[in-house]
Amino acid sequence: MRRLVLALLLSLAAPLAARAASTSDLVQRGEYLTRAADCAACHTAPGGTTYAGGRQFQLPFGDLYSPNITPDKETGIGQYTDAQFIRVLHRGIGREGQHLYPAMPYPSYTKMSDEDALAIKAYLFSLPPVHAPTKPNNFGFPFNQRWLMVFWNLINNPDSRLQSDPSKSAAWNRGAYLVEALGHCAECHTPRNFMQAKSSRQFAGTIQAGWFAYNLTSDPVHGIGAWSDASLEEFLSTGKAPGHGLASGPMAEAIEYSLRYMTPDDIAAMVTYLRTIPARDDGPAIVPATVTPLSTASLGEHIFIRACAGCHLPNGTGRQSPWAALGGDHSTGDVTGTNVVQVLTNGSQIETNEGLMFMHPFTGAYTDDELAAVGNYVIGQFSGRQGQVTPQQISKARQETAPKAGPASGGGS
Amino acid sequence: MNGLAPKPLSRRGLLKASLAAGGGLLIGLRLSSTASAAEFLTRATPMPPPDFDGDFEPNAFIRIDPKGAITFIMRNTECGQGIYTGASTLIAEELEVGMDQILVEAAPPDLKLYTDPLLGEQATGGSASIRGSWKPLREAGAAARMMLIAAAAEKWNVSPSACHAERGVVHGPAGQALGYGDLANDAAKQPVPTHVALKSSSQFKLIGTSPRRVDTPAKVNGTSVYGMDIQVPGMKIGTVAASPVLGGKLVRIDEAAARAVPGVRDVVQLDDVLAVIGDHMWAAMKGLQAANPVWDDGPNAHIDTQSLIAHLASDSEKAGFVAKKLGDAEGAIKAAASRYDATYQLPFLAHAPMEPINTTIHVRPDGAEVWVGTQVPVRAQMTVAKETGLPQESVKVYNQFMGGAFGRRLDIDSVTQAARIAKHVPYPVKLIWTREEDIRHDLYRPYYYDKISAGLDASGNVTGWSHRTTGSSVMARWAPPGMEEGGKLDPDAVEGSADTPYEFPTHQVAWVRSEPSALTTLWWRGVGPTHNVFVIESFMDELAAAAKQDPIAFRRTLLTKNPRALGVLDLAAKASNWGETLPAGRGRGVALQYAFQTYMATVLEIEIGAGNEIQLIRADVAVDCGPVVNPDTLAAQVQGGLIFGLSMALYSEITLTNGRVDQSNFHDYRILRIDEAPKVEVHIVHNPDGEIGGIGETGTVAAAPVLANAIFAATGRRLRRIPFGTGQLVSS
Amino acid sequence: MFQLVVNGQTHDVDVPPDMPLLWVLRDVLGMTGTKFGCGIAQCGACTVHVGANAVRSCLLPASSVAGQPITTIEAVGETPSGAKIQKAWLDHEVVQCGYCQSGQIMAATALLDATPKPTDADIDMAMAGNICRCGTYVRIREAIHAAADA
Repeated sequence: MRRLVLALLLSLAAPLAARAASTSDLVQRGEYLTRAADCAACHTAPGGTTYAGGRQFQLPFGDLYSPNITPDKETGIGQYTDAQFIRVLHRGIGREGQHLYPAMPYPSYTKMSDEDALAIKAYLFSLPPVHAPTKPNNFGFPFNQRWLMVFWNLINNPDSRLQSDPSKSAAWNRGAYLVEALGHCAECHTPRNFMQAKSSRQFAGTIQAGWFAYNLTSDPVHGIGAWSDASLEEFLSTGKAPGHGLASGPMAEAIEYSLRYMTPDDIAAMVTYLRTIPARDDGPAIVPATVTPLSTASLGEHIFIRACAGCHLPNGTGRQSPWAALGGDHSTGDVTGTNVVQVLTNGSQIETNEGLMFMHPFTGAYTDDELAAVGNYVIGQFSGRQGQVTPQQISKARQETAPKAGPASGGGS
Repeated sequence: MNGLAPKPLSRRGLLKASLAAGGGLLIGLRLSSTASAAEFLTRATPMPPPDFDGDFEPNAFIRIDPKGAITFIMRNTECGQGIYTGASTLIAEELEVGMDQILVEAAPPDLKLYTDPLLGEQATGGSASIRGSWKPLREAGAAARMMLIAAAAEKWNVSPSACHAERGVVHGPAGQALGYGDLANDAAKQPVPTHVALKSSSQFKLIGTSPRRVDTPAKVNGTSVYGMDIQVPGMKIGTVAASPVLGGKLVRIDEAAARAVPGVRDVVQLDDVLAVIGDHMWAAMKGLQAANPVWDDGPNAHIDTQSLIAHLASDSEKAGFVAKKLGDAEGAIKAAASRYDATYQLPFLAHAPMEPINTTIHVRPDGAEVWVGTQVPVRAQMTVAKETGLPQESVKVYNQFMGGAFGRRLDIDSVTQAARIAKHVPYPVKLIWTREEDIRHDLYRPYYYDKISAGLDASGNVTGWSHRTTGSSVMARWAPPGMEEGGKLDPDAVEGSADTPYEFPTHQVAWVRSEPSALTTLWWRGVGPTHNVFVIESFMDELAAAAKQDPIAFRRTLLTKNPRALGVLDLAAKASNWGETLPAGRGRGVALQYAFQTYMATVLEIEIGAGNEIQLIRADVAVDCGPVVNPDTLAAQVQGGLIFGLSMALYSEITLTNGRVDQSNFHDYRILRIDEAPKVEVHIVHNPDGEIGGIGETGTVAAAPVLANAIFAATGRRLRRIPFGTGQLVSS
Repeated sequence: MFQLVVNGQTHDVDVPPDMPLLWVLRDVLGMTGTKFGCGIAQCGACTVHVGANAVRSCLLPASSVAGQPITTIEAVGETPSGAKIQKAWLDHEVVQCGYCQSGQIMAATALLDATPKPTDADIDMAMAGNICRCGTYVRIREAIHAAADA
């Protein structure tokens, strides 16, 4: 659809053929970069128009709504100058001088080149403007004092572009730029400090917005050191890899909106860079290729074969598609069940090049006891570890989950 | 098998019905094909009109053509309950043909010929089909046989009494033999007998045996055609989204986006529903999603389950209409040594038959054709006529096999909707509801809010029993003439409570009508008894516990004048080895019922496992329904009906938030699975000459009370609100 | 455009790549034995075999099984296990409305192929994903055991 609109806009510009060609190149490059920066994931409300904002973020100090970044002059970014646009990406300062909260990953975007920032702007300005006022956040004092961000930025935002390292390969430098600047991977995968800024334990893995973003360091037991390049590339570009399970939650979104559009060269470059991140042994150990299941005839097994095996199969190899394969999934190795509980209570979905892959939340008809049991069963069955999921954990997640409908009627798959 | 208030017509009504259907005898015969039953049943559309010249059609149910093909016309529709086999058995028994010699076909809509004598219209439900067919279909078979024999006797110039029929052949005294086909022409000229003698039960060759079902061979190899499987030339496929809130309106859609989906052909927007039609269901589904309809939710947007329950609770304080009054129950309860009061609640329920709702329809300027599986074909015909403005007789309804119904297909809301949509397109269209649409736009079993009280004397004898039901009246909407007492009483609301198997010294039953907002109510398998027997049998168990008596012994004291009830209770107790010591965590419940003119007692054993898992171990069911047409089908219906009811009692509940149904598919409208199903043993009381009872819904009726009582036995906890398996055991 | 090999016959199909196999079978190839029940792999009515595996065709993009051998209810009776299962289904009068039984039979056949003498636990494992609203579970279990002994 977006492509159609774009084509239409371009065709209207036909009389200015020469200029249109260069504009078209810029817009196309901008579209790729906008995807690489994954703007859509945050700036789109569920079921809303892409980039029109309105997605809710529940932060420790209140709710935040992403703004409209379509070129609407009144409610969007239509009045941003180039300099203002660069300033907002690099320094988190809006057109009227207001300080953004770092839910907007400007501490990563600050590493982006001016040229790329302006390509992104060119792309966003090529979209049809949507009138969609941004909902105000509801932060309490002192977090509603945006000016305090000045001090936060002094400490936590370097406000400097990524410098290439001539001692490293071109691929490594490209990968670093994609991972650190555009992809802003560290925003989720690097633990935060007491100021909610990224700590020095780079890519050691942490819990963000209720989901475990795993250790991406080269540690072979806790990170990605034992993954093959091919597996990493497949996972990043499709959201699943044999023997490593699937992406869910925010990672599924990152793949759906961003990573699956990256060229194979760029994906490979990201892997090249990720390989060189110093090992740290934080977080749950990955799940090895072969495990001895903790076998039990239990409530968890009963629920699994009734409600889960239809897609995942009793042995977890996946029935419907590779996206249903649980074997080797890092989440099954986390005995606290952070992501397993999230998937059970929120569901998960990922739009792939083969269509939408989804799992419903199962809170509608299954009890806390049952979901805790099935969580522990999944952990025991697929990592051989003793899960520690409790019914209380499910109950808490249930309360935190806004009532969710399944896919819209008629859109069953 | 499916929910429909079984309101037997009076004796006079029955007589009238059978007279209306052909002067005391119903018979009718016709076919010109040698296809096997299985092949025939797979055809999507009826055969081209055969040449009926020379066919023998003694009544509306039988057709014999000169080539010998014998076809039975099925008044009641097949939704899994086995009525095609049962009805055929009744005819074949008296016609003297083998079950392997017949073909069956669905009756067209025709109130004159095919009104069900118990239900008062051409409908299937209320466990009424066999009861309503028991005598008429045997008479139909016998009359046809007599006419065939008379024709042969005339030909051979012998007395009819010297001839006999066997497996479709009339045999004469001197060894003459003529097949029914050979006799069809002449039999058609014979007068319809005015008196028909039926076999005694000891003479039955088929009834009471278990002939193979006639519909199942095509159902195990994928050739059976359900409404969902209809394919007609030029047909397109559509799917719909109705307003998510009842009474809401469609505001806008993105029609261009819908039409941009490859394969989408048409987008039909009505005020309360959107349909997208395409070359295949996938195009329709993707188109509907792309259309992204925006709704004005209308006046029901603020309704949620809690407000509906509060409304019922408030109405339940009213006195209501007194449907039964034996002595002064209230006074007796007040004066009793001890009194007990309880409130029971039963949730809104969806039907969720495995085959989602669908209608295939072609509206032309001069007529319409409808292919649908429906429990009410005449209503389907009438609604299409009304919506299209076509004369009723130009609307052809071809009834199809149903992938389950359970009462859902007693309404024609989806057929009405299909007609409204189809008149905007020139081609035949199959309109399919997704499962989400099915669950969210069902017509729901009412929520019931029941208050019940009883008094016990010092020895634990019941002195008074008072039961007040509050809930929606399906009858008042669905069949207003079925209301009694000048419209003040819905007989379904008190079925099973005004006529319990027990003898109470004083007994009062009252009903308060209370209609919900934001949803429409409909029959659901087991109808009134599924609701009332849960309340009565749970409370009976509470009283037994209060009286410190064994639940079966306590019930027996109230059944001294009811030998059939005692019979099934004792049989179930014996079969289950009632009273034996059980391992820790296990418990057994019992429930007794008299519903659909059938006595039934059920014992269920359960175990409470880790995580409060309610594990169903084994059920023993004793049944006395009088004569049994097909013991194997009876057992299947009781097994399946019980499991259907246990699924409901454990998991089922429809709730509303902001006027919208919260549930949408089987991940949140949970259905019992094979690994949860108990063993079910069915024990049949031999009573071939008793009053015949219905079977299709009886198992469902037993499920909730027997489970509630078993949970009490295992845990000491009395659960008074269905469903039981969604966390109630944790909340103590 | 890709090729589907259904019951040994090759069909050229021109459908969207994400179109589930279920709708290709039913609406494009006209094979209606495979049923639509839920569309979210919770009920099993749409079960078919891809190779030796029982899969839920309602969520399986047809393009992802291009060229692989697909077996449906219409032809499963031509396999030894399928024939045994179908016969047992009739001998035990498993079927009521029958709508789920295509999927039940496909699941049971795959079970028998993989596990010729299944235990009750094996049956639970293989069949718990297939819903039957009529409640024919008791007889499904009996029939699978009977087919295994046949």
